[in-house]
Amino acid sequence: MNPSQKEIGYNTKVEGDVIVTKVDAVLNWFRKNSLWPMPMGLACCAIELMAAGSSRFDISRFGSEVMRFSPRQSDLMIVAGTVTYKMALALRRIYDQMAEPKWVIAMGACASTGGMYRSYSVLQGVDKIVPVNVYVAGCPPRPEALLDALMKLQKQVAKEPLIRTHKAPKPDALSGVHVK
Amino acid sequence: MSDASIEKTSKLANDLKTKFGDLLSEIHEFRGECTLVVNDNAKIAEICNYAKSELGFDCLTDLSGVDHLGEEPRFSVVYELYGLTSKAYLRLKVLVEEENCEVPSVTKIWKTADWHEREAYDMMGIRFTNHPDLRRILMWEGYPYFPLRKDFPLEGKETELPDIAFTEKAPMEGGPFVTSPGQPHTTLREPRARTIE
Repeated sequence: MNPSQKEIGYNTKVEGDVIVTKVDAVLNWFRKNSLWPMPMGLACCAIELMAAGSSRFDISRFGSEVMRFSPRQSDLMIVAGTVTYKMALALRRIYDQMAEPKWVIAMGACASTGGMYRSYSVLQGVDKIVPVNVYVAGCPPRPEALLDALMKLQKQVAKEPLIRTHKAPKPDALSGVHVK
Repeated sequence: MSDASIEKTSKLANDLKTKFGDLLSEIHEFRGECTLVVNDNAKIAEICNYAKSELGFDCLTDLSGVDHLGEEPRFSVVYELYGLTSKAYLRLKVLVEEENCEVPSVTKIWKTADWHEREAYDMMGIRFTNHPDLRRILMWEGYPYFPLRKDFPLEGKETELPDIAFTEKAPMEGGPFVTSPGQPHTTLREPRARTIE
């Protein structure tokens, strides 16, 4: 039997070098499989973030191993830790410097709600200053939880209409967000 | 703490008391630790200098501010001294009035006092005269309150310093966040709030 007949899936010999799809679908597919994180490591969650990046949990299985310490080169801000008011506007500035399209994961109780730090010095949830796509519970969350959040975010990215990222964000896109 | 170091500690405390006499209170000894209260705040640097150069207390392990709200004087500053060769600890205290909230700095004697004094200033509002760089250390310049004072609410107060920082009140939900270890269920172990019964 001809070995080419055993091939399962796309056969260039038969169908030619053409794939028919939508631009949205294909660009989102590129994007969701190479989300470069901006590791906003602010407290102990950053240790779990590092664990997620190393060999045992291996975030590169999801295409997110390229941790960029420059906002210009990253798509995904992972806020891992306690956001103090002193850090809040610096975080906001880094978010503003990231190029569109961009996403945010609030990792852990502190980044999501202020956590146990219900006090004068801690921002009660990073969603007060930046729009958050996925919240991760835990104190700190295990690397699997972060990877789950990443997979959930990938599903969100896959469904995003492309046109959204071609327009500048509307002023009310961050409604309810504390912008100073 | 061994008997030898307790003996050494009380000997050194006595030496200091003999040298400065009425400037210091009686030695308060508790479980091998000696505490002396300095009666004249202006002399604290002089006393510390003597303790370091003559009695060998070459290490300032801690310097902290305390707020005794409702008492007079309201604040105190506590100096924890340690001699690396004598292995003796000594605690000095000065009492600070709210109206005249100033203590001479000891940064010239122990450099480590620099950041400790900045922290005491930042959190309590105690000013240290002759400090080389008395800025806030944890909060930002321009923050209007001293958050570790007892009359400052835990949830904080609203502030606004454009482009630097803002603060909002934290939602207390009836009480501070306190965990109850040993409870079987998470909602009991970590309630949204626990009020004091």
